[in-house]
Amino acid sequence: MSAPHSPLDVDRVRKDFPILERRLAGDHPLVYLDSANTSQKPTAVLDTLAEHYSRHNANVARAVHQLGEESTAAYEGARDKLAVLIKAPSRDEIIFTKNASEALNLVAHTLASGMADDPRFRLGPGDEIVVTEMEHHSNIVPWQLAAKRTGAAFRWFGLTDDGRLDLSTIGELINERTKIVSLVHQSNSLGTVNDVATVVARAREVGALVLLDGSQSVPHQPIDVTELGVDLLAFTGHKMVGPTGIGVLWGRRDVLDALPPFLGGGEMIETVEMTGSTFAPIPHKFEAGTPPIAQAIGLGAAVDYLTGIGLDRIHAHEQALTAYALEKLNAVDGVRIIGPNSTESRGGTVSFVVDGIHPHDVGQLLDERGVAVRVGHHCARPVCVRYGIPATTRASFYLYTTFDEIDALAAGLDQVKRFFG
Amino acid sequence: MSDSLYQEIILDHYKHPHGRGLREPFGGEAHHVNPTCGDEITIRVALDGSTITDVSYDGQGCSISQASASVLHELLTGRTVDDAFAVERTFVELMQGKGQIEPDEDVLGDGIAFAGVAKYPARVKCALLSWMAFKDATARAMAGPVTVEEDAR
Ligand SMILES: Cc1ncc(COP(=O)(O)O)c(C=O)c1O
Repeated sequence: MSAPHSPLDVDRVRKDFPILERRLAGDHPLVYLDSANTSQKPTAVLDTLAEHYSRHNANVARAVHQLGEESTAAYEGARDKLAVLIKAPSRDEIIFTKNASEALNLVAHTLASGMADDPRFRLGPGDEIVVTEMEHHSNIVPWQLAAKRTGAAFRWFGLTDDGRLDLSTIGELINERTKIVSLVHQSNSLGTVNDVATVVARAREVGALVLLDGSQSVPHQPIDVTELGVDLLAFTGHKMVGPTGIGVLWGRRDVLDALPPFLGGGEMIETVEMTGSTFAPIPHKFEAGTPPIAQAIGLGAAVDYLTGIGLDRIHAHEQALTAYALEKLNAVDGVRIIGPNSTESRGGTVSFVVDGIHPHDVGQLLDERGVAVRVGHHCARPVCVRYGIPATTRASFYLYTTFDEIDALAAGLDQVKRFFG
Repeated sequence: MSDSLYQEIILDHYKHPHGRGLREPFGGEAHHVNPTCGDEITIRVALDGSTITDVSYDGQGCSISQASASVLHELLTGRTVDDAFAVERTFVELMQGKGQIEPDEDVLGDGIAFAGVAKYPARVKCALLSWMAFKDATARAMAGPVTVEEDAR
């Protein structure tokens, strides 16, 4: 099979990512197939970070001097860019967090705190929380904790054999007692892109909130929060060519207004008295203390970079890569795909098992050829339990991934099989 | 390829494990898992006085974790508990030595093949999994009547 056509000039894209020139032990070129774990960073983002620290560094929102103004303008400018990226109705609805995990915890924690005035935003006994069996641990554990604290029930959608949400019980699972449904947009272990519309429609019928974990979708496809119809969206900067230490929670204004504060500290207040405090409006209500300033600005540069190339083209490139990878992997004897085995409603993250060879051994031998994949349960252990496997090997793609790299993966798997055969 | 990690001895033990399978009678049992990768092992230890009469095991996991259990079975069956713990300490030292320790074949037998694993921090846990379970199972066997407990480590 010859490499299919991609709308991206990948050779040019790769020049933007200095790390891709690295050669590893044994003089093997780096074949980086672990972007679902964290993505590589383009020069534009690296330069922005260096430029911020070397020319504009100052704290934000609390300095009248010029550097303080520059720093604040850049930080708030990043917020504008993120609002445009996901088509948020208002820039104030973009909350900077340290990662997706913190964004998810923010929602779980504030709902569980019982401090909201409106009972819709208070979890208690008799209420139900719904997640899915394909969630990242970051979207399971905070809700288990919230359920434990409040006495709410913790429930979940199961999975079908082909790696999709089992929506057959949706009518019962999402019911009048459901306060929130929190689900992943694109699974980090299966690659499945979920049918958000169906879940949102049912949640609307019963008045439940919907929180979408976009950690694996926002980096890879155009997103429009209004079109999705969700109430809240969490994602993380380091998977979208941005720095580590920065994430985003978007929420509809009325929802964010109704939620009580999360962390207390500087910048999140309106006025503080020893007898009590009042709180700043969003977004600052949820940004206590000095935020990750450089990281937010770096993420803004990442957004510029991605939108400069075009998320629709990035998506199309990854679809072509995924089709190619599925074909190549299916052709390797003894390889079984865990997750949807077609490009329909799935992204460029492909998990698989190799008959009789543990993923640890697969990953180790691939690494010796310079092929970097992830092995294990990918922080989504219930998925492995569901499919009766201890772990998987996962290859994940991004805008800089080439068809040759998928060939290198397939050739590596042939060698792994010979080695352990 | 994989000269330092996948020694022939390790592959042999992986493909043809010694003493695999859980057996009765036994005095203590322990089940350990490696939460980062899902490797797991169950180990049973049978004692006659202070002598280890059998180490039986079952599990699933990578070649390193499974071969290590096979080597453990071979090395420690028939020894006194004190002796076995001395070997265990030597093996743990080797694995924590970051590849700087010259292994002693007289003490470790086929265990010396794991010297290269010590250079791969992510794999050291795999090699040690059965040894940690062995320690727990033996402690239980010495403590008295059969106890079966689940440990998540
Ligand atoms: C689907 C999904 N949700 C949440 C997370 C958590 O992201 P972070 O570790 O940046 O908080 C990840 C990534 O690890 C993920 O893939």
